[in-house]
Amino acid sequence: MTEIRFTIDGRACTAKPGQTIVDAAKANGVYIPVLCNYEGLKPAGSCRICTVRVAGRYMAACTQPVTEGMAVENTAPDLEDMRRSLIEMLFVEGNHLCPSCEKSGNCELQGLAYRYRMLSPRFPYLWPVRTVDATVPLLMLDRNRCVQCLRCVRGVTARDGRKIFASVERGARVTIEVDKKLAARLSEEEARRAMDICPVGAILRKEKGFALPIGKRKFDHAPIGSDIEKGIGR
Amino acid sequence: MGKPVIATASLAGCFGCHMSLLDIDERILKLVEIVEFNKSPIDDIKKFTKPVDVGLIEGGCCNSENVEVLRSFRKNCKVLVSVGECAIMGGLPALRNSIPLKECLDEAYLNGPSIEPGERIIPNDEELPIILDKVYPCHEVVKIDAFLPGCPPSADLIWEAVTALVEGRPANLSYDLIKFD
Repeated sequence: MTEIRFTIDGRACTAKPGQTIVDAAKANGVYIPVLCNYEGLKPAGSCRICTVRVAGRYMAACTQPVTEGMAVENTAPDLEDMRRSLIEMLFVEGNHLCPSCEKSGNCELQGLAYRYRMLSPRFPYLWPVRTVDATVPLLMLDRNRCVQCLRCVRGVTARDGRKIFASVERGARVTIEVDKKLAARLSEEEARRAMDICPVGAILRKEKGFALPIGKRKFDHAPIGSDIEKGIGR
Repeated sequence: MGKPVIATASLAGCFGCHMSLLDIDERILKLVEIVEFNKSPIDDIKKFTKPVDVGLIEGGCCNSENVEVLRSFRKNCKVLVSVGECAIMGGLPALRNSIPLKECLDEAYLNGPSIEPGERIIPNDEELPIILDKVYPCHEVVKIDAFLPGCPPSADLIWEAVTALVEGRPANLSYDLIKFD
């Protein structure tokens, strides 16, 4: 198979034809932050956290395939600050009360905020009015924490392939709705997967909160993406 | 030259951040050596008696008294630090922010299950501070110079930040120190 040669911040990398910048970077031990992207799901390019610069143009690295000779800028200070501002916007656009959230420590949005050293957002808090839906037997849907990444819409399906979550409205009013009949039939395993697909604490497995003690959670000691970066220099 | 002066206040908080400040173990002996406390619940000094170098604020603003105290801290402190999630983003008191104030008061004082019949009154004595429409983070009320996240921020984070501030060096905030819970 032909190999595509490209660079990330000047470092020589290789990619397979059709591979997205995010996936190729990962294979080369380079972390490009993602939030709406999830392994195994069709990329949506909706959160733009993965924005990189190629030849002066900004693109979502999770949807853009690598081309021969591409020179990707990933860690330029202005790009990193833009990503940080996107994370900050997500924090003020929802109601993210980390101390009382079951996902704290395992939350990808929080993990990104830790990685980007967000001590406080530069934007004013919006305090939107959002609702909680706890009518599904195994799951709780807390829209206060939803970042509209649509990972649940793309990834949580019934055994016959029908979608269990859907987005309603558009733009800033987008909310996630759940098909209660289909969701009621979710097995323990499927409910666990739905919770894992949600990057934040918007979809939670009921009665299983705070399973891991502080200190043993995903992002307690190592920044998000550090598992990918460990491959650097390989 | 005298020692650097520190002042602290707990606004709409739970005093957990102050507890975390006291949780610095034997370093507390060094703390009293290197700094002097002014207005603070720790020494019970009620009014500023001299200019302060570092003001530590726990809790956000939920009523008019919080705003008044926070403004007086801004006026009297060279550096003002938001300590903990409540000061930074409102924290748990801000859970009420998506509920209209009247509904909160009605539930607490008129319709709550533990309220004696005949005592259903929303407190309105003029001595009481006026409750704000929302709980506000401190930096949305006055200029805040530094932020120490956490619920509470760990004793190690508070120690590192306070010693860095009084020694006039950049704080070494390692990954493990910055947590939101």
